[in-house]
Amino acid sequence: MITAFLLQGGGDAVAGGEFHPFLPGLVVLLPLLGFLANGWLALQHGKASADAVRAGGELDLGDRHSRPATHTLPTWIGPGVMALAFLITLVNFLRMLGAELHEPVVISYWTWMATGTFVVDAAIQLDQLSMVMMMIVTGVGFLIHVFSVGYMRDDAGYPRYFAYLNLFVFFMLVLVMGASYALVFVGWEGVGLCSYLLIGFWFSDREKSDAGKKAFIVNRIGDFGFLVAMFFLFREFGTLDFVPVFGEAEALVYGGGLVTAITLFFLLGAAGKSAQIPLYVWLPDAMAGPTPVSALIHAATMVTAGVYLVARSSVLFALSPVGSAAVATVGVLTALFAATIALKQNDIKKVLAYSTVSQLGYMFVGVGVGAYAAGVFHLMTHAFFKALLFLGSGAVIHAMHEAYHHTHKHDDPQDMRNMGGLRAAMPITWVTMWIATLAIAGIWPFAGFFSKDEIIWQIGAFGGAETAPYPALYTFIWVVALAAAMLTAFYMTRMMVMTFHGQNRTGAEESKHLHEAPAVMWVPLAVLAVLSVFGGWINVPEALQTAWVGLGGLLPTSEWLHHWLEPVTLQAHEVQLEHLGEVSHYAPFGGGEALWAAISTLAALTVVVATIQILGKRDVATPANDPQPTGFANVLANKYYVDEFYDRVIVQPIIRASRFCWKIIDATIIDGAVNLVGMLAKGMGWGISMFQSGSVNTYAFILTVGVLVILGASVF
Amino acid sequence: MMVEQTLFLSAALFIIGTFGVLVRRNAIIMFLCIELQLNAVNVAFVALSNVWGIDGQVFVFFVMTVAAAEAAVGLAIIISIFRHYQTVDVDNFNLLKW
Repeated sequence: MITAFLLQGGGDAVAGGEFHPFLPGLVVLLPLLGFLANGWLALQHGKASADAVRAGGELDLGDRHSRPATHTLPTWIGPGVMALAFLITLVNFLRMLGAELHEPVVISYWTWMATGTFVVDAAIQLDQLSMVMMMIVTGVGFLIHVFSVGYMRDDAGYPRYFAYLNLFVFFMLVLVMGASYALVFVGWEGVGLCSYLLIGFWFSDREKSDAGKKAFIVNRIGDFGFLVAMFFLFREFGTLDFVPVFGEAEALVYGGGLVTAITLFFLLGAAGKSAQIPLYVWLPDAMAGPTPVSALIHAATMVTAGVYLVARSSVLFALSPVGSAAVATVGVLTALFAATIALKQNDIKKVLAYSTVSQLGYMFVGVGVGAYAAGVFHLMTHAFFKALLFLGSGAVIHAMHEAYHHTHKHDDPQDMRNMGGLRAAMPITWVTMWIATLAIAGIWPFAGFFSKDEIIWQIGAFGGAETAPYPALYTFIWVVALAAAMLTAFYMTRMMVMTFHGQNRTGAEESKHLHEAPAVMWVPLAVLAVLSVFGGWINVPEALQTAWVGLGGLLPTSEWLHHWLEPVTLQAHEVQLEHLGEVSHYAPFGGGEALWAAISTLAALTVVVATIQILGKRDVATPANDPQPTGFANVLANKYYVDEFYDRVIVQPIIRASRFCWKIIDATIIDGAVNLVGMLAKGMGWGISMFQSGSVNTYAFILTVGVLVILGASVF
Repeated sequence: MMVEQTLFLSAALFIIGTFGVLVRRNAIIMFLCIELQLNAVNVAFVALSNVWGIDGQVFVFFVMTVAAAEAAVGLAIIISIFRHYQTVDVDNFNLLKW
């Protein structure tokens, strides 16, 4: 049956670019089925362990070969549904490749809700953008699922973990495949929920469950922006479906207040989900979750939803120069801000977290300067190398954890000051992580070089357009983006040097137990490493392909992704061309694309080499001996005290106001009034009950008096 | 006519009965006073039937029937109360309050 699907879907494209109506829906459905199956197993597993606890013990997982079925089945279900979903996506991708689609294909399954004029269909939209996202989500997602098998195998919550992970992929696919803003919002909220569940996966640890709550609450602020933007769109267009909204979008006044408001509210939503200033604070804390979760949700997929949203709404953003400038400015400030914080972090995952925030900033800059394809390109390459870095750090943490486990030592397995010299024990992790580091640092010919360079180039090109708004702002953004790229090269190299080079600091006994990750973990690393090397080659700029960068035309493609996404971004580019004119072909301070590509990669390479030279010779102090940093370094180590600032300015006042509402308004005033009424009724009842003496004579007397009074009243 | 005098007698009997219920503490006496009140009403019925027709006399039979039934139930209650408390002084029976 599956082969029939493949033949039907993968054969030569049917005329008109029509897709099998059921196959794309199956991509969404499969992870949901995986969630249901794994969730059921998790419930059974939970019952068994509850029984074991009640009997006065703990559920014995046994050794790796004799585990209960609830523990072994998710190994096949979790990655299995992902593999199938990826295959089906691939089939549809090939089909779209052959179809040369110019209009999005909308497949509607049923009417989700219809209230008056507001109708939302449960419909998926297949176009080039959603296809790229589907490929990333299912492809990278599959690799991370496989890695998770190795990483989480000994965890008691293993089936629950895969249930959440499958559920996440389901919602993420709803997000990228939904044919209307309403469905995107469903996915948007769903991935937020799964993010919360997975950050707080080890919920018995208070700190971790708090981190999950923080992520959820900070995202609520962004969701408010998303909702308000949707209300505006509905009021203006009467629908939230992409096709009619974008079809009529150009009726909006260029640069008008309405479209600016819509884009700015969307930016607020995107900043929440994609961890941009001022809502980035949840992402570093989200590292409390299992490391593959950080790779899947907090690096490769969910956090890029904001970039996807802006790219999807490219027409709206192109219509609002203020909105676009705000996106680019927020992005570049976040890129620099997070990069500086990453300089002084000692937790390997914290470095990667701030690095992710910083790279997301680059994507925002890309989509903010009208280079939607470049933003999506960086999204894609970042999914490769950052997932690789996170999974690599997972392998390192796994090894450190087991080493400490052997000797019952309780040091922090994530602190890089406890590592050092791991390259001897973990050669595959070492090599693959270096590839990812070179990619993120923007060294030619790794993937990150092409995508980041493209974005930086496009800033200058956009700022130099004939009638560009705020050219000085874009020059500033360009300079800051280049500076942040150098910082990236530095802090990533620092992380590699501290982790893998120099003397080992784990401990004499512990270091004997350090070992390479098992194959189920290093194979995904290797696949991602290949993608991190070659992933950038699908979008080599035309100007570079013939120059030295493209090895004189040897690199295979010329702006393939750019052309691939053209049907989606064309409308936005036409708007931009009409109002801003041709983009510049020179960087802000002169020089062509090839020259600046050479400058930036050479500069990044210099930073990498210098960092190895300088830091490689320096001894790293273990946490116990490491003196507190002073001056600005201390400010960086404490993340500019932003969390403390938010705590003082926002959290504490809200807590105080809530306490006031609780203690004074609710408990005293409202409850007091209610209690007062009750007390009055009770008091009156008590007073009147005194007449009921129990003495028959009294009753008779009162009765007689009463009769006399009534008689008297009727007589006189 | 005799009606006025008979009504005076009835009123006097009723007032005596009422005062008896109000001031006496012995349950038997109170019970007798209630019977007195009922019979005072009976006297009034009979006297007035002379004026208004036979209905009053018919009603007297009903009252007597009810009074007989009440006497049976009431005396039974008083006996069981006496067995419990060894007294029929109503001041002692004040549990049914508040």
